[in-house]
Amino acid sequence: MESIKHFINIISAPYVMFPLILAVFFFIFPPTDRLLAIHKKLRLYKLWTNGGGIALFSSLIIIFAFGLTDSNFRRIVTKPDNVPIAGLIFLVVFFLWWSMKQAWENDERMAQGQGPREAEDAKEKVLVWPDLVYIELIALILCTVLLIVWSIFLKAPLEEPANPTVSPNPSKAPWYFLGLQEMLVYFDPWIAGVLFPTVIIIGMMAIPFLDTNEKGCGYYSFRERKMAVSIFMFFWLVLWVFLILVGTFLRGPNWNFFGPFEPWDISKLEALTNVNLSEIIYMIWLKQRLPQNIFLREIWGFLLIFFYFGAAPLLLAKTFLKNLYARLGSLRYSLFTFLLLMAVSLPIKMILRWVFNIKYIVAIPEFFFNI
Amino acid sequence: MADQTDETKGILKRISETPVWESVFRTGIPRNRRQRMMVILNNVFLHLHPVRLPKHGIKLKYTWCMGGLSFFIFLALTVTGILLMFYYRPTVEYAYGDIIDLKEQVPLGIMREIHRWGAHLMVIAVWLHMFRVFMTGAYKSPREFNWMVGVVLLVLTMLLSFTGYLLPWDQLAIWAITVGSNMAGATPLVGTSGPGSSLLAIGDVNFVTPSSDARFALIGGRFIGEAALLRFYVLHCIGLPFVIMIFMIVHFWRVRKDGGISSPL
Ligand code: HEM
Repeated sequence: MESIKHFINIISAPYVMFPLILAVFFFIFPPTDRLLAIHKKLRLYKLWTNGGGIALFSSLIIIFAFGLTDSNFRRIVTKPDNVPIAGLIFLVVFFLWWSMKQAWENDERMAQGQGPREAEDAKEKVLVWPDLVYIELIALILCTVLLIVWSIFLKAPLEEPANPTVSPNPSKAPWYFLGLQEMLVYFDPWIAGVLFPTVIIIGMMAIPFLDTNEKGCGYYSFRERKMAVSIFMFFWLVLWVFLILVGTFLRGPNWNFFGPFEPWDISKLEALTNVNLSEIIYMIWLKQRLPQNIFLREIWGFLLIFFYFGAAPLLLAKTFLKNLYARLGSLRYSLFTFLLLMAVSLPIKMILRWVFNIKYIVAIPEFFFNI
Repeated sequence: MADQTDETKGILKRISETPVWESVFRTGIPRNRRQRMMVILNNVFLHLHPVRLPKHGIKLKYTWCMGGLSFFIFLALTVTGILLMFYYRPTVEYAYGDIIDLKEQVPLGIMREIHRWGAHLMVIAVWLHMFRVFMTGAYKSPREFNWMVGVVLLVLTMLLSFTGYLLPWDQLAIWAITVGSNMAGATPLVGTSGPGSSLLAIGDVNFVTPSSDARFALIGGRFIGEAALLRFYVLHCIGLPFVIMIFMIVHFWRVRKDGGISSPL
């Protein structure tokens, strides 16, 4: 028992879990034909059948049931404001399964030359009264009952009166922003708290204009829009929901990592040996002191950033993404690659941190300008 | 039915034949096809719907009813929120005590619970609605604009929840909001701890200081205090609901004008 818990504590650390997720993710949601072939060979689509659903759900329930026997796990999960997040896990998994199941069924139908199920249904027109109105009524009643029962059995939390001089450790933002707070580990507030939210909002609004694929509108499907679904799933499931779960359940005092079965020990110390890129280059590689001139000091970081956002899209347009560039045109292509590179910068920074202890690529604390 | 005598008519039937009833519900009880269409057209709330829909559009497995539920939860939050406003005073002196009173003095006091759990549920419902819209490709032409309106609704939903989080004025509240609003202080150029803020200075005079930056504008002070509480209260109870209502109206209108629920072909 203890060894299982210990094992789970270890694999749930972000630097273990995240690479694991990265490794399997694109086989489960294959963006390209080649990955799709592997997906099929591994029979991963079985996840989106009834059997797969039962397996997914029972494993979730087993994890929770097992977890709840542990006092540390119980303390975090049953904190009133965290209960909705436990609910979120089940809901996200359920609706993920339901939509992928329908997508897969439609894909099979279309592979056999039939239209999607929705097209068949759509031939028939029905009246809103009573066919839709009663469904809405039932949904509304169930929702009301759920809310009332939930409210009777779980009291809203109220802690000590506000005291500006005593800050709790950890201080956490409301749970739906914990993904952003988790990003603060890897980026400064001006990026994690201002730039990223802005880019996320712009990026989401841009989706309909970047996705020029006309297929797959009005019915669930996967194979017709593999790339779009795969990218979206990555953002939504990994960079949003998963980071929220990490921020909520696995971050304790001083925002240190704590496994789900690990007590929140205030005095847990994590060695901070992080260094900036400039320090690595000048002090470790070139064995000299940091230049006095800020610009000279940070030139390598700037070059890297310039290459990443400026040159990389150009190079990709000529090589790997030639087809994409041709399809999207230069404006869409630039926006798309900018947003994508922006998003991918998070995993990249994570890995740089874990592997090389890199703190900042560009560090100009004089102007609060750290990347 | 015409030959039913007065004695054999049920009470409901009798009520539905009174002039008062008939003046309210013009269509009568919708029995035939024409009446079923008229009932949707004549009722201001029901006429958010079209009269007829392709069959996949009413299926739970297509829409998950998530958009509708988001709206319904929003309404439930409005009602419970109004009730809470009767008891709650947004000042540092009273706020916390009023929340305690809500729990201890108000009979059947679960309004605060419904409001709080409903707020969480709305955030989740809106996310899931967005997820369903994505998975059915319903953001594609001609619904690009409504997707953008949706993104605004999503942001507003989270801001509503965020501003409400401060109001109980307990430790949970002020520190969560402190963490959140500190971000505003890091805004490039206009936040004191943001990059480039020191560039906006003439000589030694800094324009961007802790009492004049973006964070200050958000919380009305250098720390989360009286002004922040009032600001968040006004935004939470008046400002943001007003804005979100407008966007919802546009959203619903556009669902219809973009050709109703998305469907294949
Ligand atoms: C307060 C939040 C929201 C409310 C109350 C709301 C409500 C609704 C309702 C009632 C519908 C009708 C179909 C359905 O129920 O699925 C709908 C459709 C739609 N919503 Fe929302 N919505 C909200 C947020 C969003 C968000 C966050 C997005 C996307 C980012 C979005 C995008 C759309 C689109 C594109 C449609 C048309 C879907 C179709 O025709 O299949 N909405 N919305």
